[in-house]
Amino acid sequence: MSAEPLVKVSNLNFTYDRRPVLTGINMEIHRGQVVAIMGSSGCGKTTTMRLIGGQLRPTSGSVSIGGQVVHELDNDGLYQLRRRMGMLFQFGALFTDMSVFDNVAFQMREHTDLPESLIHDLVLMKLHAVGLRGVHQLMPSELSGGMARRVALARAIALDPLVMMYDEPFAGLDPISLSVVGQLIRTLNDALGGCSIVVTHDVQESLKIVDYVYFVSAGKIVAEGTPAEIKKSTTPYVHQFVWGEADGPVPFHYPAPPYGASLLQEVVRA
Amino acid sequence: MLDKVVRALTSLGRSVTDRIWRLGFASRFFLAVFLYSGTAFRRFHLTIREIYFTGVLSLIIILVSGLFVGMVLGLQGYDTLQRYGSSEALGILVALSLVRELGPVVAALLFASRAGSAITAEIGLMKATEQLSAMEMMAVNPIARVVAPRFWAGVISMPLLAALFSALGVFGGYLIGVQFIGVDEGSFWSQMQASVDFRQDIVNGVIKSFVFGVLVSWIAVFEGYDAEPTAEGVSGATTRTVVTSSLAILAADFVLTAFMFRGI
Repeated sequence: MSAEPLVKVSNLNFTYDRRPVLTGINMEIHRGQVVAIMGSSGCGKTTTMRLIGGQLRPTSGSVSIGGQVVHELDNDGLYQLRRRMGMLFQFGALFTDMSVFDNVAFQMREHTDLPESLIHDLVLMKLHAVGLRGVHQLMPSELSGGMARRVALARAIALDPLVMMYDEPFAGLDPISLSVVGQLIRTLNDALGGCSIVVTHDVQESLKIVDYVYFVSAGKIVAEGTPAEIKKSTTPYVHQFVWGEADGPVPFHYPAPPYGASLLQEVVRA
Repeated sequence: MLDKVVRALTSLGRSVTDRIWRLGFASRFFLAVFLYSGTAFRRFHLTIREIYFTGVLSLIIILVSGLFVGMVLGLQGYDTLQRYGSSEALGILVALSLVRELGPVVAALLFASRAGSAITAEIGLMKATEQLSAMEMMAVNPIARVVAPRFWAGVISMPLLAALFSALGVFGGYLIGVQFIGVDEGSFWSQMQASVDFRQDIVNGVIKSFVFGVLVSWIAVFEGYDAEPTAEGVSGATTRTVVTSSLAILAADFVLTAFMFRGI
């Protein structure tokens, strides 16, 4: 593992509408690592990823990728940096007016002057890597959810990115697709030689493939460690999350006035 | 009591500042579209593709409406003109009404409902399904790649559609006036030719339709881009496109007419 991390998040704070979303986030992700950011829905996982991708500006603190501080870059600089990043969106976000082939070829046509014959071969290679060479002529509407996710993955790795980001890659997939996507994340990371960040709440699947885990709760990192350490963790929040317990530090009930008082309250009709 | 008044004033103030803020945002967006229009012209095939979707696919509704509007003008115009014994002037009436007013205005209203709403819905849904975010993350500016080609396609299509609307309208007037009612064919065409001025009537009509094209396309792409990324948000944005562009067309028509034809 190289000494200098590829992605470094330093004391990152983000406030939206005067409401703190993230507070004091620190992360280091090295080349070759697959890192998971875990936490319950709405805890700030996706916001962290958007800050890493430069889609949001931090209130304070910074994210640096390969030594470049993301929020200090101008528009051109940010776009240059993004050419070395790939992102898989939760539902694929394939361009619905283009075929699978054109979706995967999109970045190659936009950013390179490669001849069409070479783009053809590259697209088929990317699709082959995700096992979907056979669907290159189909439209996104003709694909199943799992297939769309894999095509989106082929599109995200089109220019061999250094940093791959995955937003809930396991959500809504059947067990076979789930396992396929999980394996792909690992193999692609090892083949590309960069690093991967997986934002997820699927504990069992992600613990199988990642090297390191950050647990985020209410905008703060509450625990971190290797999958083995996480499984053994006695931190109440991590324990509840990993073993899927209904009650614990994350309460079953959303905060509300006392039950009795609510039931006795007079019904006010509009 | 005082509380209620303060609350009402606050909400009034907020709604006014919100609207002004949104107008400012729309203006900055308009500038951004101009600024990032390079791709739409450098890779003109992107704009051609959108011209097909917004312009060519609007042809049926524009042509059929133009024909019927012309036919109605023929019937109504003849009914009025023959009372004064000047039914030969039917050609002038049909052509001037179409070229100066009905062509640009009705074609623009139809364009706003047929193509404007489609542009808003498409861009809004691309936003809702994160396609625009995905494009940004692939280092491709969605304003340059998605918005600008659609905007320019609308601007280019609008005058052409208005011209076709007027041409079909004149033909509809001819069918009814000359072929059906029996107005003299020679005077129908010759009076039309003598009275319709190229600079004053036709060029002004083209300028109007160009302005309407800019307005409708701007509103359509802005509403799509600014739509809330939900089903309800996109449907609201589509409705706003049709309502706002229709009002903008009618208001701009009044202003343009006041400047163009006040000496006549």
